[in-house]
Amino acid sequence: MTTPFYTSPEQIVRDRSEYARKGISRGRSVVVLTYDNGIAFVAENPSKALHKISEIYDRIAFAAVGKYNEFENLRVAGVRLADMRGYSYDRRDVTGRALANAYAQTLGSIFIEAQKPYEVEIVVAEVGASPGEDQIYRLTYDGSVADEQGFVAMGGQADTVTGSLREHHRPEASLSEAVKAAVGALQAGVGTNGADRPGGTGGAVRTLNADSLEVAVLDRTRPRRLFKRVTGTQLDGLLNESS
Amino acid sequence: MDRAGGTGRLPAEYLTPGSPSFTDFLTLAAPELVPGSRGLLPAAVPDAPHGTTIVAIVHQGGVVMAGDRRATMGNVIAQRDIEKVFQADEFSAVGIAGAAGMAVEIVRLFQVELEHYEKIEGAVLSLEGKANRLSTMIRGNLALAMQGLAVVPLFAGFDLETHEGRIFSYDVTGGRYEEHSFFSVGSGSVFARGALKKRYSDDVDETQAVRLAVDALYDAADDDSATGGPDLSRRIYPVVTAITQDGFRRLSEDDVAGVVQEIVDARMTNPGG
Repeated sequence: MTTPFYTSPEQIVRDRSEYARKGISRGRSVVVLTYDNGIAFVAENPSKALHKISEIYDRIAFAAVGKYNEFENLRVAGVRLADMRGYSYDRRDVTGRALANAYAQTLGSIFIEAQKPYEVEIVVAEVGASPGEDQIYRLTYDGSVADEQGFVAMGGQADTVTGSLREHHRPEASLSEAVKAAVGALQAGVGTNGADRPGGTGGAVRTLNADSLEVAVLDRTRPRRLFKRVTGTQLDGLLNESS
Repeated sequence: MDRAGGTGRLPAEYLTPGSPSFTDFLTLAAPELVPGSRGLLPAAVPDAPHGTTIVAIVHQGGVVMAGDRRATMGNVIAQRDIEKVFQADEFSAVGIAGAAGMAVEIVRLFQVELEHYEKIEGAVLSLEGKANRLSTMIRGNLALAMQGLAVVPLFAGFDLETHEGRIFSYDVTGGRYEEHSFFSVGSGSVFARGALKKRYSDDVDETQAVRLAVDALYDAADDDSATGGPDLSRRIYPVVTAITQDGFRRLSEDDVAGVVQEIVDARMTNPGG
C-alpha cells in the first residue's frame, strides 16, 4: 500500500460537506410542519411510486431529500429498527428520538469512513398526544441532529422555502391551511431556481398542483397507525378549501 | 434487542438491501427471537395452556371470526378470559388453537410481518400471500408441535381483488387449505362444525353469521369440556370479529352480549338449539 498524501481533517470535512451539500441542493424541496391535529409532510414529487415521505411506525414518519438510493436505504433500516424494537419490547417503546440517534450515528460514521458521504438530508417526526409533544428531528449528511420547532424545509432552495414558512406557519392552523402554507413556500423555492435546473423550462416558473405534490400526515386523531397519505380528491379538497 | 453495539450506529444487516419479510430479517439480525428457533426441548414438555375453539363463517359482505375464551391446562381451566382471535392487518384476522404461548408469539410475528411488508413495499400483500406467510411460520414450529406444543391457526380475510370473504385452515406441518363457507379449529371444532353444517346457508348476512358463530361456539362448549361457554355471571363473552370491505372490526361487548342473551334464552326451552 502506498502512503497517502497528508490532507488535514479540516480539508477532508470541508470537501465532503461541499460535495454532499451540492447533491442535496440539486433536488426539489420537502417541507415538514405542524398543524393543530398533527404533523404534515409536503414534497414536490411528480412520481407516484418513488416516495420521499414514508411511514416508519405508529406515530413516526420519515421524509428525505437527496439521492434516492441512499435515503431509501436509510428508510428501510429505520422501518427494520422500529419493527424490531416494537417486536422485542412493545409498540410504545418505539420512539422518534431513538431512531434519530441511530440515524445520526450512522450518517456520522458514513460521513467520515465511507468512500463518499451520503447526499441526503432527512427528517424523523413523531406526533405526540398533544401539540406540545410533537417532535421533529432534522438530520444532515454529517450526522448532525437538530430538534426543530414547528417546521423544517430541506433540499432545493431550502433557505427561500424556510423564509416563506417563517412568515406563514401557524402551529394552530388547520390541515388545509398548513398544506397551503407549505405549497406556497415550495412555490417560492421553485420561482428562484426553476431556470437553472437540468431539463428545466428555461426560466418559466413551474406551478405546483396536486399532480406534482406528495402529501402525507401524522394525524393524532387516527387510531393506532397515525400515518396517512393524502392523495386525489382529498388533496384537491385541501388545496381548494377556502379559509 | 437491536445490536447497535457501542457506537449506536445501525448494524450492517439493517442497511443491507434485502427481503421485505420481517421474519427473514429477524433470522439475520436476532435469530433467537424467531419462534421455533430454540429447537427441540430436551425432555417431555410440561403442561402448558392450550386454547380451544375458533369458528369462521363467510357471509355475503365478508367474513366473521369468533372464538371462545377458555384456555385449559390438562383438566384445569388456565384462563377464562383469554383472547384467541386477533386482527392480523386492516383486512384479515387470525384465530389460534393449540399451545397458547407459541400461538401468541406466532401471531405477534405475523402481525409485524404483514405491516413490515406494507411499509417496505408500499403495497399490501395479497390474501393468498398473507396466508402463505402464516403457513411458513407454522411449519417453523413443527419441531415443537411434535413434542405436543402444536399451534393450529385459522386465517380469514376480505379479498380486495375478488371482493369476498375467504377462510384458510392449516395443519401442524404448515399445510394450507382454503375452506368454503365456514370452518372451525380446536378441540370443540367437530361440534361447532356439525352445528354449522345444519344451520348455514349461502345467503346469510353479517348479523346472521355473527349469530351462527356464537351459536356454534355454544354447541362446542356444550360437548367439549375445553371450550368455554358464555359466562353470564362474569360477563365473559366470545370474541367476535367481522371483516368487510371497510376493514376489520371487533364487535363491542354489548353487541355480543345481546346475541349471547338471545341464544341462551332460546336454549332455555330448546337445549339442543
